[in-house]
Amino acid sequence: MNAGWVIFALIAWLGGWTLNEWLVRQKTGNQAVARVISLAVPLIFGISLLAIWEGVTRGFNVPTVLLPPPSAIWERIVNSVPILVADFRQTFMKAVLIGYVLGCGSGFIAAIMIDRSPFLKRGLLPLGNFVSALPIIGVAPIMVMWFGFDWPSKAAVVIIMTFFPMLVNTVEGLAAATSMQKDLMRTYAANYWQTLFKLRLPAAAPFIFNALKINSTLALIGAIVAEFFGTPIVGMGFRISTEVGRMNVDMVWAEIAVAAVAGSLFYGVVTLIERFVTFWHPSIRSG
Amino acid sequence: MTRIWQGNAGPVTVVVAAIILIWYVFVVVLNAPWERDQAARAGTEISFIQLVKNTMAQERPVLPAPHQVVAEMWDTTVNKSITSKRSLVYHGWITLSATLLGFVIGTGLGILLAVGIIHNKAMDKSVMPWVIASQTIPILAIAPMIIVVLNAVGLSGLLPKALISTYLSFFPIVVGMVKGLRSPEAIQMDLMHTYNASAAQTFWKLRWPSAMPFLFTSMKVAVAISLVGAIVGELPTGAVAGLGARLLAGSYYGQTIQIWAALFAAAALAATLVAIVGLGQRIVMQRMGGPA
Repeated sequence: MNAGWVIFALIAWLGGWTLNEWLVRQKTGNQAVARVISLAVPLIFGISLLAIWEGVTRGFNVPTVLLPPPSAIWERIVNSVPILVADFRQTFMKAVLIGYVLGCGSGFIAAIMIDRSPFLKRGLLPLGNFVSALPIIGVAPIMVMWFGFDWPSKAAVVIIMTFFPMLVNTVEGLAAATSMQKDLMRTYAANYWQTLFKLRLPAAAPFIFNALKINSTLALIGAIVAEFFGTPIVGMGFRISTEVGRMNVDMVWAEIAVAAVAGSLFYGVVTLIERFVTFWHPSIRSG
Repeated sequence: MTRIWQGNAGPVTVVVAAIILIWYVFVVVLNAPWERDQAARAGTEISFIQLVKNTMAQERPVLPAPHQVVAEMWDTTVNKSITSKRSLVYHGWITLSATLLGFVIGTGLGILLAVGIIHNKAMDKSVMPWVIASQTIPILAIAPMIIVVLNAVGLSGLLPKALISTYLSFFPIVVGMVKGLRSPEAIQMDLMHTYNASAAQTFWKLRWPSAMPFLFTSMKVAVAISLVGAIVGELPTGAVAGLGARLLAGSYYGQTIQIWAALFAAAALAATLVAIVGLGQRIVMQRMGGPA
């Protein structure tokens, strides 16, 4: 046991806590200050969490196999940038992005097509909802068998995982335009496509973006887990499963850090586009 | 007759029937090359009817026919004793126990954290953004590491898998419950104030009941995702037992029928779990006097 590090962890814990308690009690009329505080509080929490992690793992000499300290993970990230970049390219740029675009695109087109038939809508919607709750990830071994070890099989898993949330949400969104608005379009003598593009798709945008956000996480999970079933010797899922086998836990954490950053950025980009496209929606206007 | 087409049952049946039909067509298309190859090697011509017949009875088909999968499931559930290593009931139970344990712990922890977030402003401001951000992280990627690392310190079997399920089911519950516990309107909170209700009384008599719909909705998501967690958690231990192990073993040895049977078993399990939570929701809502 190393007393210095333990005390460091304790100080980080108490310091972060009191600082946050003090910060949230501040009453200020200044909007800019309030904004800074609301950004600083979670940041302080995150930093003190990292500090506690560092202090506890070093202070109690936790074996690195169990939990490496953050500094060791950072060191590993810096030292193995080429490997991480290659894995990122294989998993994210190929499997995730291609699968995501194809899955969301086909879900969207399928929703537009079944929208014209109430019969199909009633038949497919319950099924779509049902499939969304299933462990679809299980099709990964089948896809690996069909499409081989390289990225197409992972993209196929991603397509299947992202298709149904997109389908269900788009169909729901297309029903979001009120009958009053549709009547207005009729009085304008708008045809089906004009109504679709000028009224119903914009009205459906919040739902579609909801699906895009859900899918951004699902796509990354699908691609990584599918790699557990067989890959060429590159890819984030491959790296995680092999380095775990070799007990190189710091490498695994480095890969997870990359996945976390990639996932958050992906989500963030979708959210930014959403803010830009659906600026009229109450949930964005007020925030 | 027309009434059947009004509801969902008719259309769903038609769509399911269409899917099964398409499936059979694909069975023939995908499995035919192998049959043709076999016939060519034997130096015989194969008639179309014989070809179709053969594609549906292959030992290791590219795509097994639905009836083959059903037969395999029947064979491995009813015809095998429950304790047998080849019984789907045995593997399903192993996955189910990890799922349920993880789900219960995750729900409990999630509710506790949500209560803390509601009552402490510092916790709300500091923890909540991280809870939301953590949803964007592919948590499932950590699963193999947790399993192997816990194995290294001597923890194996049910608990590590349940921990992954806990971790996954935890977040939807926190987010849902925070929303739910905050759902009473200001006017209702004011009424509790005028009654001079303590924080505990406000919690049990107003916040908790109004959070129930949110709790059940999150629980439906959580139970489905904790099953996924348990299945993925079974992958890195080298395919010992459980539905995930069946999937992995099937993919190692090219036993496609086994994979599909495990997949369908997992789907049935997920549907049953979600349905049970839904039933609980209906009963609770009815007893609370809400619409059935």
